[in-house]
Amino acid sequence: MHADTYANGAPNLSVGRLFIYLLLGLVALYYLAPLYVMLSTSVKTLDEIRAGNLLSLPQAPTLAAWSKAWSGACTSVQCEGLAPYFWNSMKMTLPAMLLSTLIGSLNGYVLAHWRFRGADIVFTALMVGCFIPFQVVILPMARLLGAAELANTATGLVIVHTIYGLAFTTLFFRNYYVTVPEELVKAARIDGAGFFTIYRRIIFPLSLPIFMVCFIWQFTQIWNDFLFGVVFGGSDAQPVTVALNNLVNTSTGVVEYNVNMAAAIIAALPTLVIYLIAGKYFVRGLTAGAVKG
Amino acid sequence: MSDTALSPTVSTLHTSPALPTSADPHRGRSSARDTGNSSLAAFADRWLPRLVLSPTIIVSLVFVYGFIGLTGYLSLTESALLPRFEFAGFVQYETLFELDRWWTAAANLGLFGIPFIAICLALGLFLAILLDQRIRLEGALRAIYLYPMALSFIVTGAAWKWILNPGLGLEKTMRDWGFENFSFDWLVDSDMAIYTVVIAGVWQSSGFVMALFLSGLRGIDDSIIKAAMVDGASLPTIYLRIVIPALRPVFLSVLLVLSHIAIKSFDLVMALTAGGPGTSSDVPAVFMYQFSFTRGQLGLGAASAMMMLATVLAVIVPLMYLETKGARHAR
Repeated sequence: MHADTYANGAPNLSVGRLFIYLLLGLVALYYLAPLYVMLSTSVKTLDEIRAGNLLSLPQAPTLAAWSKAWSGACTSVQCEGLAPYFWNSMKMTLPAMLLSTLIGSLNGYVLAHWRFRGADIVFTALMVGCFIPFQVVILPMARLLGAAELANTATGLVIVHTIYGLAFTTLFFRNYYVTVPEELVKAARIDGAGFFTIYRRIIFPLSLPIFMVCFIWQFTQIWNDFLFGVVFGGSDAQPVTVALNNLVNTSTGVVEYNVNMAAAIIAALPTLVIYLIAGKYFVRGLTAGAVKG
Repeated sequence: MSDTALSPTVSTLHTSPALPTSADPHRGRSSARDTGNSSLAAFADRWLPRLVLSPTIIVSLVFVYGFIGLTGYLSLTESALLPRFEFAGFVQYETLFELDRWWTAAANLGLFGIPFIAICLALGLFLAILLDQRIRLEGALRAIYLYPMALSFIVTGAAWKWILNPGLGLEKTMRDWGFENFSFDWLVDSDMAIYTVVIAGVWQSSGFVMALFLSGLRGIDDSIIKAAMVDGASLPTIYLRIVIPALRPVFLSVLLVLSHIAIKSFDLVMALTAGGPGTSSDVPAVFMYQFSFTRGQLGLGAASAMMMLATVLAVIVPLMYLETKGARHAR
């Protein structure tokens, strides 16, 4: 923390520092305001929303909008609320997260400690997958999934998310595993330990932090995805982001802002909870995966 | 890909070629054991790594490179609702470049991207410098600034669509507070709608930029700053002349990330404005989606996707070049 060097001794509360705190506090309010607006709107009635304003406190908080958002709101032709789509998202996110992380871990292990001729080129070539805009692959992918009868299925989405998540998970694990001392692996090989033994006994036990980072990163990315969901999800495997978008952008009937906001919070809840519990790993993933953004 | 993450990797790449010799069965303790068994083990150790990596390589060849190739080819055919495979030259690109809607989308990429990147950079750097002044509650403030990054762009879009609602949103709040003539209707104003995407995008991404800058600030060598202070340099001078120039690699990573977000931005626009009013806030990603999947113009969709890829390359390749050049200078 090099800021320590700027002031000698304890920071005294000068006018300047008070001003800094004031600024930081105001900015914090700016980031928090939308969350407050979402929450307070979601527990108001429509009449109250029309009578008050964004920041007015709810007078008689009610969870009616929440229950409608969860199980009764119309996202398209169906009026089953967000619940089915929430579970669709889970069915898609968890397997894809597990698969892409496990494969990424083995890939990273190979690329960091079992280098073969051409491994550099392979690694660079794989990393291109981090940079492409996915628009450039969705047309052939849609056709392939259709031909394989995997269009509009959770399985199809799991495959797509696993494939396009591999570049990131491989990058994460490789950059982590190169910090494991080469000598450790060499010594184990001299002792006769093979490829998988070294992975199981040495590498894997050291991997908990990077597994956390990768799980959280992949969960957040896949849960929050919209493009793949809207193109490949159809109506049967539609993830919650797509359902939320349909709900918010339907132009028929009265717009129920309270239901919309409750639905938005429901869709955000899993990733928000993870952020609250394991924010440290989330931030690490963000900085490590800065390529993706 | 931040520099700090890259440099150790690059150096390790060049120290490893010595590795295979240690697997030689005739050396070390393994030679004392059953030779047949250990040569089998050596054989396994030689091929297992490639075997483990090969599915990923194949998948990448097919689903990344192969599919880019297919999309590229599709953009050179007359495919409409169904793909056609006769080569037709650049007709789709000619059509694309004659479409007003495409140019609206392309222009909007700039109208959204440039202010989005500039504001995120300025706000992120500013917050990082403030937070670097030995702030109490720094952890809590950081968590607050960064949480929007955990949300889906669809959630962000839904929230800001409500906040910016002309009539019931911000406009009404300000009027309730006594600003009778306050008016804010950018969401339904076709000249201003694209800037609502900037507002929501900055809210979501600026905390992330702050985090990247803050970790960059923490990585700067104390001794240089101490020396400058001994020489009597003022705090602003230290920041302008020493700290900010030292953050150059962070600037490059941040630019890389933000331009990437801008070019790919699809969800936020869909949720916030859906490209409207009319097509006034269309961006290339929305254009691509609508022509490919709702209008059944596969060839045009493919051509616009290739244009997006070209834009990403045009932005990212020079940035990555600068980044690796900077890293080489540092070493």
